[in-house]
Amino acid sequence: MRKSWWKILGVLLLVYTFIAGLLIEVPRNPQLQETIRNLFFHVCMWFGMMILFIVSFVRAIMYLRTNKHIHDIASRQYAGVGILFGVLGYLTGAIWMSYTWIDSNKSIFNSFDSIAREPKLIGAAIALLVYAAYLVLRDSIQDIDKRARISAVYNIFAFAMLFPSIWIIPRLLDSLHPGGSQGNPALDPGSASANMRLVFYPAIAGWTLIGVWIATLKIRMKIIHEQKLSQ
Amino acid sequence: MKKLISFSTLIFFAYLAKAQDVKMADIMKENGKIYVVIAVMLTILAGLVLYLIRLDRKISKLEKNK
Repeated sequence: MRKSWWKILGVLLLVYTFIAGLLIEVPRNPQLQETIRNLFFHVCMWFGMMILFIVSFVRAIMYLRTNKHIHDIASRQYAGVGILFGVLGYLTGAIWMSYTWIDSNKSIFNSFDSIAREPKLIGAAIALLVYAAYLVLRDSIQDIDKRARISAVYNIFAFAMLFPSIWIIPRLLDSLHPGGSQGNPALDPGSASANMRLVFYPAIAGWTLIGVWIATLKIRMKIIHEQKLSQ
Repeated sequence: MKKLISFSTLIFFAYLAKAQDVKMADIMKENGKIYVVIAVMLTILAGLVLYLIRLDRKISKLEKNK
């Protein structure tokens, strides 16, 4: 095993998140109640996704500049783990919203018509689908160099699509989701107490480091695989 | 002095009442059952991390065989 301080740090931060995340005092919000603790899990998935997509984007540019195959492999694997985190963020969000956004006079199913119009959900779905198309596009090209170049260019486009779909448009529109037209959903001092931020920031770092660890494992596996093919 | 004490206790109880307005899992914390939840979550985390470590070791072994 490649021993690295950041792998240990990531695990320790997650252990801290799991313990402190359940034990610290949280604001008594009548709508969220104890589910406010989901901040340390659901929101961190999105932060992890964004950071992994940024790494993927940087590696795509590095591939285009240097034409080194390793950057193409890295770009693909970071995007893959980023999509995994995004899907987990979406699923956890679906569970959370089923208990906090529903109209208590209607069933979950019947209040879905208003939830389905949420700009944040639509924006996140667009962003994830654009990245899903990245995987489809990549695997549809046989030639290795062509695949690497086209997918690197598409990766830059997919990253650019994150700006309108999750960082701009959902924040201009009103939404049930925190941080609609008032600002940032997670970093807004009004929605998370100082106490919670003591756990929230380490949680982001911990989840992201675990994501990076998984991505590096996949990259190393891919390299071994390709070496075997070329022998 | 007496007035001050009664006033401050009144304020204190008003504060308590306000804090109790929102239902939280206070009982779970009082009887310590929250630690059971933490134990379960940490076990799952430990399992996943051990899996990652094993995978990391196996990949390192394959890299050495090159």
